[in-house]
Amino acid sequence: MATPTLDKADGAGAPEAGFADSPYITATFRIRRFNSEVSAEAVWEDFQLEIDPKERVLDALHKIKWDQDGTLTFRRSCAHGICGSDAMRINGKNRLACKTLIKDLSPEKPITVEPIKGLTVLKDLVVDMEPFFQAYRDVMPFLITKDTNEPTRERLQTAEDRERFDDTTKCILCAACTSSCPVFWNDGQYFGPAAIVNAHRFIFDSRDEAGEQRLEILNDKDGVWRCRTTFNCTDACPRGIEVTKAIQEVKRALITRRF
Amino acid sequence: MSKNTVTTETATSGIGPVEGASLYDVDHPAPLIEAPRKRTKKTPKSTRGNFEMYGWLFMRLSGVVLVVLVIGHLLIQLVLDGGVSKIGFAFVAGRWASPFWQVWDLLMLWLAMLHGANGLRTVINDYAERANTRLWLKGLLYTATVFTILLGTLVIFTFDPNIR
Ligand code: HEM
Ligand code: SF4
Ligand code: FES
Repeated sequence: MATPTLDKADGAGAPEAGFADSPYITATFRIRRFNSEVSAEAVWEDFQLEIDPKERVLDALHKIKWDQDGTLTFRRSCAHGICGSDAMRINGKNRLACKTLIKDLSPEKPITVEPIKGLTVLKDLVVDMEPFFQAYRDVMPFLITKDTNEPTRERLQTAEDRERFDDTTKCILCAACTSSCPVFWNDGQYFGPAAIVNAHRFIFDSRDEAGEQRLEILNDKDGVWRCRTTFNCTDACPRGIEVTKAIQEVKRALITRRF
Repeated sequence: MSKNTVTTETATSGIGPVEGASLYDVDHPAPLIEAPRKRTKKTPKSTRGNFEMYGWLFMRLSGVVLVVLVIGHLLIQLVLDGGVSKIGFAFVAGRWASPFWQVWDLLMLWLAMLHGANGLRTVINDYAERANTRLWLKGLLYTATVFTILLGTLVIFTFDPNIR
């Protein structure tokens, strides 16, 4: 493999000792693979590669796809933690492949990479996101006002009013939270953390006027009351959103509006 | 450099070099591994009630009361005054002679049963996937709950210390 580091070591004529300075390590990626055109079952497949541990899991997946096995299938777009397309279960925890450094995963052991759970696997690491987005659409994630006229000026709000829902504006809809939730794993009817986070973003926005409606939607039997406060969602969120707290705030709003 | 190995017992059905002919190909793909109880455009149907909210509140409120009732009960029955060795017909009869302990036990019975039943209802909702399994498990749960509550209540109210 012609990498700059190895070339330099060779050029200097340094023997084996030169390798001590090499940033490269040999890492094993144990990837959960599924291809309905070949088999009805998913299997683990190991890939070994020389890689700089300061690179990310996404870089490793690219190397595997480009150099070893072009059939490896996964989603990614921005590669910089903002599009939300490459959430996957890495070493048993949901993360974005593009924000996870290999050195943080104890790469001396095989690194496992699986599709996120609770959604139908289409191929390898690609899952059917439709049920996830259906829950998102069901909370009406857009500004609703009673005034039907076209606005003639900006809808203003104070800095404090903006601060109230700041945390939940950060969501990139990666599904890491929803697919880390054990309630969602077994019952896809539950709205899931991401939909609640995005409802929270409008419920607590002083400019929006459909908070009551959204609260009513989340008061239903598959809404916020199904949350068992496991905190998996908060741990999983690559944007550092306090997901469980947002869910609790919606619960509290539902209780205080009645009592 | 790269040695790829399929590492499961089911290696023969794996991706990559497959021994023998596969059952599946591009025109005949295997069924996908579906997620349990998927959300669709039509489900879940909205019910528009506050039942789940009251259920959630009840778990917390009854829990707080149960801490006092259950710990008090355990202390009296199992720890204080000689522990379990003192428990007998006479001990129960003596306690139920007082309306205070009757109310205590009645409250504990109802709260613990409803709390436990609602908790198990949650567990069934969380774990049972098929609609029929859910229906039967809940049917069994509600029957057992109603039976136990009624029987317990009957005993507390009709207890006769002079029975022979
Ligand atoms: C002693 C004081 C008790 C307290 C403070 C308490 C509190 C709670 C709370 C707050 C929950 C809701 C958990 C959630 O929604 O995530 C719960 C669930 C539950 N409780 Fe209790 N409880 C107590 C006693 C009992 C007793 C005596 C029983 C059995 C009769 C019981 C059976 C259950 C069950 C089956 C669940 C559902 C489990 C779950 O949701 O994970 N609890 N308890
Ligand atoms: S809340 Fe966090 S984990 Fe959940 S979808 Fe949004 S960004 Fe992803
Ligand atoms: S590729 Fe866009 S978030 Fe990772």
